[in-house]
Amino acid sequence: MSDLQSQHYARSAPWKDVAFEWLTRAFAFLVFSILAAILVSLLAGSQPTLQKYGVSFIWSHDWDPVKEQFGALVPIYGTVLSSLIAMLIGVPVSFGIALFLTELSPRWLKRPLGTAIELLAAIPSIIYGMWGLFVFVPLFQTHLQPLLIDALGDLPLLGALFEGPPLGIGMLTAGLILSVMVIPFIAAVMRDVFELVPPMLKESAYGLGATTWEVVWRVVLPYARVGVIGGVMLGLGRALGETMAVTFVIGNAHRLAASLMAPGNSIASALANEFTEAVGDLYFSALIELGLILFLITTIVLGLSKLLLLRLTRREGTRT
Amino acid sequence: MIKIELASRALGFAAAASLSWGALAADITGAGATFPYPIYAKWADAYKKATGVGMNYQSIGSGGGIKQITAKTVDFGASDMPMKPEDLEKNGLMQFPAIMGGDVIVYNLKSVPTAAIVLTGPLIADIYLGKIRKWNDAALARQNPGVKLPDQAISVVHRSDGSGTTFIFTNYLSRVSEEWKTRVGEGTSVAWPTGVGGKGNEGVASYVQRIDGAIGYVEYAYAKQNRLSVAKMTNRDGNVVAPSDETFAAAAAGADWSKAPGMYLVLTDQPGKQSWPMTGASFILMRKVQEKAENAKEVLKFFDWSFRNGQKMADELDYVPIPAPVVKLIQSTWKSQIKDASGKAVY
Repeated sequence: MSDLQSQHYARSAPWKDVAFEWLTRAFAFLVFSILAAILVSLLAGSQPTLQKYGVSFIWSHDWDPVKEQFGALVPIYGTVLSSLIAMLIGVPVSFGIALFLTELSPRWLKRPLGTAIELLAAIPSIIYGMWGLFVFVPLFQTHLQPLLIDALGDLPLLGALFEGPPLGIGMLTAGLILSVMVIPFIAAVMRDVFELVPPMLKESAYGLGATTWEVVWRVVLPYARVGVIGGVMLGLGRALGETMAVTFVIGNAHRLAASLMAPGNSIASALANEFTEAVGDLYFSALIELGLILFLITTIVLGLSKLLLLRLTRREGTRT
Repeated sequence: MIKIELASRALGFAAAASLSWGALAADITGAGATFPYPIYAKWADAYKKATGVGMNYQSIGSGGGIKQITAKTVDFGASDMPMKPEDLEKNGLMQFPAIMGGDVIVYNLKSVPTAAIVLTGPLIADIYLGKIRKWNDAALARQNPGVKLPDQAISVVHRSDGSGTTFIFTNYLSRVSEEWKTRVGEGTSVAWPTGVGGKGNEGVASYVQRIDGAIGYVEYAYAKQNRLSVAKMTNRDGNVVAPSDETFAAAAAGADWSKAPGMYLVLTDQPGKQSWPMTGASFILMRKVQEKAENAKEVLKFFDWSFRNGQKMADELDYVPIPAPVVKLIQSTWKSQIKDASGKAVY
């Protein structure tokens, strides 16, 4: 760089730098203010139900728009349960995918497989919903559900989870569709954190005569544990807030049922279903408060995942 | 020379025409119910071609329509559920019906696919209350002596989203079943005692088609276009009727709008030999005092034009146009109820 040029930069830089800094700062704080604005408007919108029901809104299971009785238990239960099913299936499968991609896959297969999984994440959720309703539900109803009901329906305790007629739709179907949707997210994060494991550690373990399984279980997983949990939380965040795909297959019934085969409801699908025709202050406010509850649940989940990821990077720092 | 003169004159005319159109073409805006959206959109398209005035209708749902007209952000709102006279009064609104349609019962019985089932209102209420659980229930069998109904569970399907279709359905059940009225009631969405919910007409239809032994209710146009098995019904006069344009129109003809305050009238369970029992109208909401009288006038002109010219389009989309005597009544309420800021009638 010539003297002339550096002089030019030195002269023009200060105010531009300052302006640019403020600009980026404004962008960053914009996110904060939007978040705060959402929270405030949700709080303001849910005032009528907050005042009428208080905390009991959370554990009341009434939902009667005609008599204006509202409670959030059924949708909360549906949201949590369908996400839980999704995690129970999605996490082990994602773990397997990530493991294969980082440890076992031949080099030429890594790229196409990894891309395929990322593509799965790019499919719009309504496509999953329609695929679920038109392709998966009939198959599930005619083949898998009768099998499950016959095999498990008569067991004590566990049997209650698999009772009822095979409708094809319901909590279990919603959980299964959700698991397909969260797998790409969790698998991608897991693969990335597995790749963070220093090759030296793994090679040392192999050198000591460890099998592949032992290396994965004793070396890779403990090293990447916190990151893995972060990835799971990210997937959970997606499952909790998923709307269209769940609405198509969950059955949309405001009832608590022990059976996983029975139709239920989730917060997001209740909102998608009922918002347009919600007439009356209390009804409207009940839906807004549902939104507030979902907002709080996902904030907590994502907050936890961020905390865990932060701990991972810190640990990285102390080790190297 | 003459040619040039003619051409310039034609150009001048064109410019003048487009100018005057530009002045007139304050497009009117409306928002609300989704059920009548296809016909309003079609009318708007034809009206624009005929007059040059556009109508922009957003189908955001009846609840949204009521909110927007109350907040004065649109020229008219639309709702599938008529507002109660006292609510109209409170918000300074008036309403009139603009288009009609009806609900039908669809079902799926694989063992007797060709059977034409006949239902009564109280039977439907008991099925949706979860009291009749099997297809071969004695009460159902008595109503359908010729049909060999299977020993099979009835899977009840209802709408999961709030909708005018549900309002017509639950309003009818409330009229024919005291238990339904006290336990569930009427509305665009209700607390269903049993069954699964499908999103939209297509959601209900696809559940019914998928589940053997299912029963559901959808808009007539939807059932007709998708060739679903549709049940016949016994109407108020005790006749068995099938849903058709004629039986919907019969229900509308039997209704006495002039005695309904605020035009609050739901066309379910109407008297008349041919009346289809689950008929309903979709309503337009307008402010009684118009700050922008010009816009209100355009809205009324639009509906006047549609009432006169839109019947064939309504038939094509399987809606039922408002009968001529009712249109007259509606137009007299326009005169008496919609005023500009100085109190002068707009229409």
